[in-house]
Amino acid sequence: MNRRLFPLLTAVSLLLFVTAPIIIVRAPYESTMGLVQKIFYFHFPAWMAMFLSIFVLGIASVIYLFGRKPTADRLAVAAAELATIFGLMGLVTGPLWGVKAWGVWWQWDARLTMAVILELILVAYLLLRQYGGAGADRLAAGLGIFAMANVPFLYISTEIWRTVHPRTSVVPTLPIDFGLPLWWSFTGFIVLCLALLSARSRLEEQRSTLERLYQALEED
Amino acid sequence: MAVALAVYCAAFAWAPTTLLAAQPPEAAQDGFVPMDEIPADEQLPAAPLLVAAYSAVWAITIGYLWTIWRRLGTVERELADITRRVADRGQS
Amino acid sequence: MSEFLRVAWLVVRKDLRVESRSREMLFTTLFFAVSCVLVFSFGFVRGGQAVEGAAAGILWITIAFSGTLALGRAFERERYHDALRGLLLAPVDRPAIYVGKLLGLLLLLAVVEAVVVVMVAFLFRAPLFQHSGLLLALLALGTVGFASVGTLFSAMLVRTKSRAVLLPVMLYPVTIPVLIMGVSGTAALIQPEPDLVMARLWISLLLFFDAVFLTLALWTFEPVMTE
Repeated sequence: MNRRLFPLLTAVSLLLFVTAPIIIVRAPYESTMGLVQKIFYFHFPAWMAMFLSIFVLGIASVIYLFGRKPTADRLAVAAAELATIFGLMGLVTGPLWGVKAWGVWWQWDARLTMAVILELILVAYLLLRQYGGAGADRLAAGLGIFAMANVPFLYISTEIWRTVHPRTSVVPTLPIDFGLPLWWSFTGFIVLCLALLSARSRLEEQRSTLERLYQALEED
Repeated sequence: MAVALAVYCAAFAWAPTTLLAAQPPEAAQDGFVPMDEIPADEQLPAAPLLVAAYSAVWAITIGYLWTIWRRLGTVERELADITRRVADRGQS
Repeated sequence: MSEFLRVAWLVVRKDLRVESRSREMLFTTLFFAVSCVLVFSFGFVRGGQAVEGAAAGILWITIAFSGTLALGRAFERERYHDALRGLLLAPVDRPAIYVGKLLGLLLLLAVVEAVVVVMVAFLFRAPLFQHSGLLLALLALGTVGFASVGTLFSAMLVRTKSRAVLLPVMLYPVTIPVLIMGVSGTAALIQPEPDLVMARLWISLLLFFDAVFLTLALWTFEPVMTE
């Protein structure tokens, strides 16, 4: 699956990314925030890709913890790394937008706080896998499940806390001129996410093959 | 993998250029779009922020792809090595 | 169900009995909590006046730190003499062991919090006892949320080499929502015009969080502890 899918996914995501600037540039100017609002076309899809990765992580962790399927574990590691990467993109593009739109680099409102927390959980996951020693795969699976379970609290909190962040519900009401570049970039990011997931899982697969061969060598 | 990286780098170089070239006339004049009543010279220019944001996204993507490529290379080299050793062991 | 509770109670009783001989965990955790509050008071009380609104945060941070300290040693005794394996090999519902450990920890933290609340109210002149029912609910639910995740993680890490540092690394990010809810609720209670509606809202959110994560912990305890 990986060998055929990865070039295809890479090609599609590349196509989307390369054409995105054209489409973004032709999108109308947003009246209150002007040019800098166009960061939104990368910022929002990056966060969505991160959420997708976190859900993949959570579900793969459940499958691995209860079903013991090695592919699930590999997918979980890949998803965790990707979620960290996309989260990093979101955390970098966000302040760059915010410093212009809100006047401050950072604010501890609910959405931003939870974004940082999620990123911390993911880094904790990666640290656990790296330094947890033997059996860290199962422990990390447990942590992955908790990471996914924390996500709904992020969405709930924006409805309850007063926040300067644009409400989630603004997205479906975007006029088509804004909508097209957004969904274009969104698709590009999701496809990129899938491509990277498959590449990273393949790396894990190769590593475990290597492990097995080393062990076979030891036994002789 | 190397081809993918090379093409991504080319796209990376192309994207911000397109964005910069397509700015509206008034932005080209003083480098930003005024948003409200704050005097123009006290505002941050938006274009560098936009370019920085897109560049960051591209840089992170390419950086990550590169780390995957490097790790994959190491693992494949070790795999080739160990396959050879198993084969040698099998022969002896 | 009663079997489950009986096993949980046995674990609690065992821990209480061992603890009552030396009282090591109780005294050390209590002392740590007291020092923590004192250090905060040196940091945040200037010229006899406490910094505005600091009390809520300091209360919960102290609970989090003391809790982490206690959690780090929750399974410490089981590490020696293969006691953990013995416990896991027992023909009982494994989650019952988890519940037993959790209850023991909650008892310890209840004692610690009683002392900490009084200290914080005194040192920072915070009207913590104005709405003591709501405060009690906040503390109870927050501690349950924190401890339920912590007990699971502590159990998970019992055989791991870097467990001392990995426990806080894993625990804090996952339980930050609990801390936020606890601090916000407490702050709503002690502010000049207490916002009881918000406090009740945070309490119900904490209840929701506890329900979700306690269930998750019970569900994953068995597969995570199996070799």
